[in-house]
Amino acid sequence: MKTLLILGGGTGGTMVANKMSAALDPQEWRVVVVDKDENHYYQPGFLFIPFGIYSPSDVVKPKRNFLPPSVEMIFSDIERIEPDQNRVRLAGNRSIHYDYLVIATGSFIRPEQLPGLMDGGWRRNIFDFYTPEGAAALARHLKFWKGGRLVLNVAEMPIKCPVAPLEFLFLADWFFKQRGMRDKVEITFVTPLPGAFTKPRASSILGNMLEDRGIRLETEYSIMEVDNARQVIRSYDEREIPYDLFITIPTNMGAEVIAASGMGDELNFVPVNKNTMQSLKWENVWLIGDASNAPASKAGSVAHFMLEVVVENILRHMEGLEPLPKFDGHANCFIESGNDKGVLIDFNYDVEPLPGMFPLPGFGPFSLLKESPANHWGKMMFKWVYWNVLLKGGEMPFESQMSMAGKWK
Amino acid sequence: MLADLTAIAFNEEGFMTDPSQWTKEIAEVLAKQEGLETLTPEHWKIIDFCRQAGLASGKSPTLRQITTGTGISTKDLFALFPKGPAKKVAKIAGLGKPEGCV
Repeated sequence: MKTLLILGGGTGGTMVANKMSAALDPQEWRVVVVDKDENHYYQPGFLFIPFGIYSPSDVVKPKRNFLPPSVEMIFSDIERIEPDQNRVRLAGNRSIHYDYLVIATGSFIRPEQLPGLMDGGWRRNIFDFYTPEGAAALARHLKFWKGGRLVLNVAEMPIKCPVAPLEFLFLADWFFKQRGMRDKVEITFVTPLPGAFTKPRASSILGNMLEDRGIRLETEYSIMEVDNARQVIRSYDEREIPYDLFITIPTNMGAEVIAASGMGDELNFVPVNKNTMQSLKWENVWLIGDASNAPASKAGSVAHFMLEVVVENILRHMEGLEPLPKFDGHANCFIESGNDKGVLIDFNYDVEPLPGMFPLPGFGPFSLLKESPANHWGKMMFKWVYWNVLLKGGEMPFESQMSMAGKWK
Repeated sequence: MLADLTAIAFNEEGFMTDPSQWTKEIAEVLAKQEGLETLTPEHWKIIDFCRQAGLASGKSPTLRQITTGTGISTKDLFALFPKGPAKKVAKIAGLGKPEGCV
């Protein structure tokens, strides 16, 4: 028996396990998934928890439910990957030899990287919303918050789901308006980027949406420390910003096991060929999702677009064929903008988000780079699609590679 | 004698568009334009690292790549290249504007 070992049973790992177990001969191959957590989280849903739109139980289901019975699932910590020996060491002196390895270990927030962030204020008046616990704690806080200065900061790029901070701001503006207290809240977005978003066209349109909502924007801000005794954040160039409620998107890093195995870059992301998704160093090691250093968005839609390429390339490699450079960095993100509306952006390594209609040119139903109710419903429906279609590697009504059809230059 | 920049190609934001045109003499002039009168060995350690990393990857290194790669702390980096060090070093090293990734 040969072994295909998948580390991580989140969005990417689950999709690969489903596709590969269907493609491989069960007499010849066993497919094994290792993950320490029995829960599968619908991570795009975390955003809605602080505002009471979802509760924590809406975004979690058992991992096992999304894998076919033929896939062996091991719940364990992963201690070390030894790619030169084709071996992975698990907790309790257990180890697994593999023929092919797929790394889908994801990325995580690292609040301890920022001095002062966890000193005193953590989950009292300082919150994250990238963990179910953080999002739930923030929901409890917002319920009785009387208003004041809300500051949202992105510590450092890259982060998982780079549009989530903007969505949080739009939803916060809407939430406070609905409660009749928008005039009691001052909202400031503090970002290391030169504008609201990374790409010029989207940055300017999303920047205008912040302005329309009276949300202040502080750019090119490299945060140095949080001083919760005085309730200020300080940057390396000595800009001080006061807050009453501080929402943080801390530094995002790859899994600890990547560092322990000496396989990662300075943020524990694994160097990968950004078009084939093969490891740059080991030819039987493949990457999916946000565990790699591919310069694409760290988001579930991107993992989905990587899937077809990863699966095809592993199968090609098993036949002795060269991998095909077919992953184009495609990302497709619904941006919830409040008031039951949303914006959709669709882009890749080379083409920035542009206006237009998606997926059918001229018809949509989704409009690109523009607020519409249809985009909001797309976002809300996506939870069902995620649990019922996407994780199982099912067909989606568009191609993995980005298309220019329906886009306006 | 300052290096002559007339033959050097820049984009609208003042970043050199062809890193192969870069020389140490050009770096001295660009540094002056950025408000750095003299480049110390500490400055050069960072510039050299960024040249190397930038040419190898085709992209200007991020702040974290510079601190990890040189062992110089972010605080010291801001002291050496005030305001935005990643952007400033990229400019002086003849590399493109560092992208915030996606």
